[in-house]
Amino acid sequence: MSTETPLAPAPSRPNPGPVHTQRRLPRFAATGLFVGGLAVGALLSALTGFSLVLTVVYGVVLGTLAVYVVSRAVEGRRKATDRLVTSLVTTAFLIAMVPLLSLVYTVLDNGLPRLDGAFFTNSMYRVVGEGGGAYHAILGTVIITALATIISVPIGLLTAIYLVEYGTGRLKKAITFFVDVMTGIPSIVAGLFSFALFTLVFGNSVRLGIMGAVALSVLMIPVVVRSCEEVLKLVPNELREASYALGIPKWRTVVKVVLPTAIAGLGTGITLSVARVVGETAPLLVTVGLITGTNLNPFDGRMATLPVFAYFQLTQPGTATQAFIDRAWTAALVLIILVMALNVVARLISRFFAPKTGR
Amino acid sequence: MTATKAPTEPPSPRTVRRPGDRIFSGAARGSGIFILLVLAGVAAFLISEALPALTAPSDEIPGGEGLAGYVGPLILGTLLGALIALIVATPLAVAIALYITYYAPRRIAATMGYVIDLLAAIPSVVYGFWGLAVLAPQLVPFHTWLADTLGFIPFFAGPASTSGRTMLTVGIVLAVMILPIISAISREVFSQAPALHREAALALGATRWEMIKMAVLPYGKSGIIAGAMLGLGRALGETMAVAIILSGGAGATVNLISNSNPSTIASNIALSFPEATGIDVNTLIASGLALFLITLAVNMLARWVVNRRADFSGAN
Repeated sequence: MSTETPLAPAPSRPNPGPVHTQRRLPRFAATGLFVGGLAVGALLSALTGFSLVLTVVYGVVLGTLAVYVVSRAVEGRRKATDRLVTSLVTTAFLIAMVPLLSLVYTVLDNGLPRLDGAFFTNSMYRVVGEGGGAYHAILGTVIITALATIISVPIGLLTAIYLVEYGTGRLKKAITFFVDVMTGIPSIVAGLFSFALFTLVFGNSVRLGIMGAVALSVLMIPVVVRSCEEVLKLVPNELREASYALGIPKWRTVVKVVLPTAIAGLGTGITLSVARVVGETAPLLVTVGLITGTNLNPFDGRMATLPVFAYFQLTQPGTATQAFIDRAWTAALVLIILVMALNVVARLISRFFAPKTGR
Repeated sequence: MTATKAPTEPPSPRTVRRPGDRIFSGAARGSGIFILLVLAGVAAFLISEALPALTAPSDEIPGGEGLAGYVGPLILGTLLGALIALIVATPLAVAIALYITYYAPRRIAATMGYVIDLLAAIPSVVYGFWGLAVLAPQLVPFHTWLADTLGFIPFFAGPASTSGRTMLTVGIVLAVMILPIISAISREVFSQAPALHREAALALGATRWEMIKMAVLPYGKSGIIAGAMLGLGRALGETMAVAIILSGGAGATVNLISNSNPSTIASNIALSFPEATGIDVNTLIASGLALFLITLAVNMLARWVVNRRADFSGAN
C-alpha cells in the first residue's frame, strides 16, 4: 500500500483549509488501491487456509482502508471521508448482490435436473419414489390465483376509482390509511382469517381451494388498490374536463376516458399484484392443504399448489429422499420462473399498451 | 335548445346525478367500504376463533402453562428474528438507496434498482430453501467464532450450532428479504430531496458525502424510519423462510447461535397447523391474533410517519 506514495507530486504541506487544493489522486488510483487491498486480503486468507469468504472480507476491509489512508494523506480529511463513504456504499450494493446471485445459482443448479417433461405432465398420485411431477400443483396454483384475481380486481379497481374520482373527506382518508395498513398483514394471518371464516360457515377442519383464493385476495386487494390508484392519478384532468364539457356523465367519463387512458398502467399493476401472491405459501398451507392427486375443483376438498408442494417435498420427503428434494428444488425453480415471467409481462404491458399520445 | 336552459340552471357545483352515475359511484364507494369491512372482519373472525383458547383453563393449552406461557416465547422469538433483520438490513438498505440514487452511473442506476427489487419478487419459500441449503452451512464457522470470542454476551452464549439453523441465520435471511422494502422507500425519499438544497451544498464546495449528509439525509430521515418499520412488519410476519430454516420450539431464550431457539409465531402456526385439532387450532389462531395486532401496530405507526411527512413534503 505504501508503495503508492509516488502518486503524490510535490509533497509539501497537506492543505488543511476548506478552500480546495489541486492535489487529487489520479483517476484510477482509488480502484488500484482497492484491488491492491483485495490482493493482500487474498494473501492473508491464504496464510490461514484459503477461503473465498475470508478473502473478500479481508480484501474489502483492507482495500477500503488503503483508499482512505492514502486519500487522507494526499487529499485531506474531507475528501478521504467522501472516498470512504463511496466505497462503503458501493460495497453495500455488492453485498446485496451476493444473496441474489447465490440464490439464483443454487435454485438453477438444484432445480434443472428435474425440469423435464414428466415434471409438467405427471402428478404425485401413487408416486413414492422417483418420477412424478407437479402437474397437479401447477394447475392448482393457476386456478387458485385466477380465482383470487377474479375476486380482487373488481374490488380493488373500484376502490381505486372511488379514491381518485369520487372520494372525499374522512372516508377517503380512512380507506387510504387502512389499505396501506392492510398491505402489511402477514400472509399467515390472511390464511387464518380465511380459515376462521370458512370454519364458522362450514364447520370444522374444512379445506377448500376457494379458501386459499379468499386468503390470497386479502393480500392482493391492497396491492391492486395502491397500484391502480397511482395510475389513475396520472390521467390528466384535461381529459376528464374535455369529456364533461361534451356533456358526458361522470361514470361514462371514467369508463370510456379514464380507464382506457390508464389501461397500460392498470394492466401492469394487476400483473404485479398477481406476481406478489403467486408465490405465497403460508396462507395456502393452512387453508388448502396438499394432495397427491389432481383436484381441479376449488369448491371441493384439498388442492395441491406449487409453493406448498415444494415445501412438503423438501420437509417431508419419503423413503427416496433425494427424489423428493429434487422435485422440491424444481418446484422452486418453476415458481421463480413464474414470478419472473409475470414481472416481464407487466413490463411488456406497460410498454406496448401505453397511451398512443404523449402524457 | 340547451341554450334556453342555461340561464335557468343555478350555478351550483353539484352536477346532475343520473342513475348510471349513482350506481357506479355507489359500487365504487361500496367496494371501498367493503375493504374496511374485510379488515374489521379479519380481526373479528380471528377473535371469534381464538375465543375458546382465550377462555380455556390453562392446562388445556398445549404446553400446559396457559396461553401466555405458550405465546410468550413465540412473541420473543418473533421479535428477536425481526430485530436482527432490522439491525442488519437498515444500514445496508440505506447505503444501497444512496448508491443507486447518488453514486451509481446514471445510465444503469434504474436497472440496479430493478435488480434490488428482484429480491422482493422471490417467494419466501425459496428463501427458506436457500437459507437451509446454502446460508446455514456457510454460517457455521461464523457461529463458532461468535461463541468463542463473544461468548460472554448472553446472545452469543453458545454452544454454537453445528447445523447453522439458528435465530441468527433466520435474522440474516429475513434481512435479505426486507432489504428491498427499506431500500425502495429510502430511494424514493432520497430522490425527492430538493435539488436546490443539493446544488447549493455542492456549490459551496461540499463533497458528495457532505452534500448527502447535509441535504439528503435530514430530508429523508422519516422515510428511512418508515421504510424500516414497514420492513419490520414484513419480518415479523414472515412465515415460510423461518419455518424451514429455524430449529425452534425450545422456549424462551435469547441465545441466538445455539441449536435450541424459540420459534416464531408465524412459523409455529405453519408447522403445527396442518396437524392441529380442537383447542390446538384455537390456540394457534390466538397466537395469530397476537401477531396480527403487533404487525397492525407497527404498520399503523409506519404509515403515520410516512403520511406526516407527505403532508409537508410538497412532493406531488
